[in-house]
Amino acid sequence: MSNPEQIKTDVLVVGGGNAALCAAMTAREAGAKVLLLESAPKDFRGGNSRHTRNIRYLHHRGNDCLTGPYLEDEFWEDLLQVTGGQTHAQLARLTIRESADIGQWMNAHGCHFQPPLRGTLHLARTNAHFLGGGKALMNAYYATAGKLGVEIMYEADVRDLEIRDGKFEAAIFEFEGASQKVRAKSVVVASGGFQANLTWLKECWGEAADNFIIRGSPYDRGRPLRVLLDHGAKPVGDPRQCHAVAIDARAPKFDGGIVTRLDCVSFGIVVNKNARRFYDEGEDFWPKRYAIWGRLVAHQPDQIAFSILDSKSIDLFMPSVFPPVEADTIGELATKLELDPTALEAVVTEFNKSIRPGTFDPSILDDCATKALEPPKSHWARPLDTPPFYGYPLRPGITFTYLGITVNAKAQVIMQDGQAAPNIHAAGEIMAGNILGQGYMAGFGLTIGTVFGRIAGKEAARFAIDGFA
Amino acid sequence: MPSTDLLKEAERVMTICNACRYCEGFCAVYPAMELRRTFSEQDLKYLANLCHNCRGCYYACQYAPPHEFAVNVSKTFAELRLEIYSNFTWPGFLAGMFRRNGLLVSMITTLSVAVVVLLAFVLQGPAVVFSTHLGENAFYKVIPYWFIVIPFSALAIYVFINLLIGSINFWYETGGQLSELIDLRANSQAIKDVLQLKYLDGGGHGCNYPDDRFSMVRRWLHHCVFYGFLLCFASTTIAAIYDHFLHRGAPYPFWSWPVMLGTVGGLALLVGTGGLLYLKWQMDTVPATARAFGMDVGFLALLFFASLTGLLLLILRETPAMGTLLAVHLGVVAGLFITMPYGKFVHAVYCYAALVRNAVEQSRGGS
Ligand SMILES: Cc1cc2nc3c(=O)[nH]c(=O)nc-3n(C[C@H](O)[C@H](O)[C@H](O)COP(=O)(O)OP(=O)(O)OC[C@H]3O[C@@H](n4cnc5c(N)ncnc54)[C@H](O)[C@@H]3O)c2cc1C
Ligand code: SF4
Ligand code: SF4
Repeated sequence: MSNPEQIKTDVLVVGGGNAALCAAMTAREAGAKVLLLESAPKDFRGGNSRHTRNIRYLHHRGNDCLTGPYLEDEFWEDLLQVTGGQTHAQLARLTIRESADIGQWMNAHGCHFQPPLRGTLHLARTNAHFLGGGKALMNAYYATAGKLGVEIMYEADVRDLEIRDGKFEAAIFEFEGASQKVRAKSVVVASGGFQANLTWLKECWGEAADNFIIRGSPYDRGRPLRVLLDHGAKPVGDPRQCHAVAIDARAPKFDGGIVTRLDCVSFGIVVNKNARRFYDEGEDFWPKRYAIWGRLVAHQPDQIAFSILDSKSIDLFMPSVFPPVEADTIGELATKLELDPTALEAVVTEFNKSIRPGTFDPSILDDCATKALEPPKSHWARPLDTPPFYGYPLRPGITFTYLGITVNAKAQVIMQDGQAAPNIHAAGEIMAGNILGQGYMAGFGLTIGTVFGRIAGKEAARFAIDGFA
Repeated sequence: MPSTDLLKEAERVMTICNACRYCEGFCAVYPAMELRRTFSEQDLKYLANLCHNCRGCYYACQYAPPHEFAVNVSKTFAELRLEIYSNFTWPGFLAGMFRRNGLLVSMITTLSVAVVVLLAFVLQGPAVVFSTHLGENAFYKVIPYWFIVIPFSALAIYVFINLLIGSINFWYETGGQLSELIDLRANSQAIKDVLQLKYLDGGGHGCNYPDDRFSMVRRWLHHCVFYGFLLCFASTTIAAIYDHFLHRGAPYPFWSWPVMLGTVGGLALLVGTGGLLYLKWQMDTVPATARAFGMDVGFLALLFFASLTGLLLLILRETPAMGTLLAVHLGVVAGLFITMPYGKFVHAVYCYAALVRNAVEQSRGGS
């Protein structure tokens, strides 16, 4: 590839995660010559997709790996609920329908599924779990793509797209320290969100963004998204919002993935750095509240909070990767967490006093609640009185950003004037905002990427081969 | 006791895995891990021996090196196993055998071959060794009956007792009760797991050898070795019965049980060990430990030569080469027996014990 002007292909795929690979394999199977550019090195290929665990898809009956049927109406209701109706109905319905039996397609492309086991039972009916998780899935897809003859370049960072009159002509990318150019008949942009772009996050969140932790790939910096927007693509989704959960503050800045998650919030109290409580920790079951706590912590001073527990609760949640800070008294715990001991003692005493007697039961919305406490704790409120006491520091962990590109049912990018770009397609996180206007539903990110990746691959190949969309 | 560094690393890695659990479909290690929140030395020793080194979890790991978490379960457990083998060696002063194991095993084997060949020449003279012997008891003309029976019976008893002591030590050291070790249900489950090599199936699609692709090849090759070994063992046992009780001295005709079982077993061993050696040669070494390489290769090579010399002996037993080949074969087999408690063979014992423990634990649903 020494002479940059020589690089030519039918379909260019920008990105190397789930959506990109689904598009690349589909386009290649349709007969197009395909080049895939992944900005990450091979060891870290696969974007956020390498951190995933399961995929949600429509199925009419259960099988070895899914415990029962999951039909369109229920799927649709679930989506309406999490998005509060902020979804493009036509595209959403398309996603759901086209997801029917995705599992078979995935199997045929090298993915192995596993029966649900202990760690995954609650999603066992709706979501299929792939053996070994997302990295194994990415390994399988890369192997299949390679076998099909998709050309793959790692550490190839796409910097710019040449678009004339709404039509894609070429892409400029950095490779081995030099700028290169590739001409293609059509392009699929599947480069994820911009959550790893700290400068961009700061534009939305100000200095607070310095304290955010990025749960996934450091390579999802959103450059292709920016370029498309600059070329007049029509945005979708709140440019300032991101999906954020409360994770262990000791997590690495990037790529900590699933293990930094903490499921302890509802079993104790949460205070900010001034040792003040700020939200009802027992409002609802943790999975339903999982995603609001990231934003709650992001709004606290210095974007930090502390989950405080006692020994009654320490074994009630999934073990996490970092050990809790441990102490025999609340005061000592406060000191270790660098909180004001008197303030924390006062908060705990007040909390303990306000608890009405009840029967503790983590499997239901039980009747253990506080009385006349602001903010209240509505369920699972038990006095913090049994040493040792434990503390986990929390920070906002960003999963993905919502800002994306508007597309149509052919995965074509819609420009500001409402026209569809004939040979520019987008798939995956970069267009998920069309369907997930807000909120999130477990396993649905991959559904969108797989459905739209396949559509984009098919349409891009059609354009490349037939010369028209 | 294994080095604290290694135990700490195993604990660190298991703590990460227990917060992740993405690999729970591959093997028995992860479901066993999920029964725990913290990992004691006993737990880690048990889990390390429950690992069948399929490497599925290495290639599937989003935290594998160069990620800063540097999770490499298969390598960590392989290193821990090596230390455990050495710690449970009996008698204790031979623990050093597991350092430079490949070298020591090959030296001992060379020595035992030399001794047997030398003895044959000294006791019987070259004329006897180099002439053709036919018919019943032909072998004993080169090496007298008692010179075979007494040393090999003694060795067999020694190996048996040694491995028994090793497994009982292991059982106590991993926190087990004797009643559990002899639990019938658990043992039949474990035997089933062994006979099928259940956990070399990587959750249904095989191991990741030589690289990240799934393949059943390693499982089939290991089956060849395992059943080949059993067939050879059966062949020897039947031969001993013929000899002692039916008073028919070796060698036996081709269509006799000892020779047929031995031939099929020997061929299976040849294919199995040869194939596994080839896989070792080809494999990606990141999920493996270089320290165990000599031990693994030494044992495979020994089995390979034992079956090769055995088969050659069968083919050439009616020629003047028989005497030398018999001496060499017996020397190699003696080397195999002598080093059995001090080499890779012990994995069979500890892995079995771990499978029994796993069966006990899973039927209880928690510990
Ligand atoms: C910890 C975690 C767990 C998750 N678990 C699940 C789950 O179980 N199920 C589920 O459905 N979803 C899950 N998600 C969400 C899911 O990861 C995303 O919805 C999905 O992976 C998006 O796929 P994608 O292909 O669009 O983007 P990505 O997988 O992020 O891929 C983007 C790709 O583009 C490349 N790229 C970026 N910029 C450039 C450039 N300029 N040039 C070239 N290449 C570039 C990146 O390197 C990367 O390979 C999880 C997310 C996280 C963080
Ligand atoms: S090996 Fe890696 S992916 Fe597998 S359970 Fe452990 S941490 Fe998770
Ligand atoms: S290497 Fe294979 S057997 Fe060992 S822990 Fe990993 S998945 Fe299990």
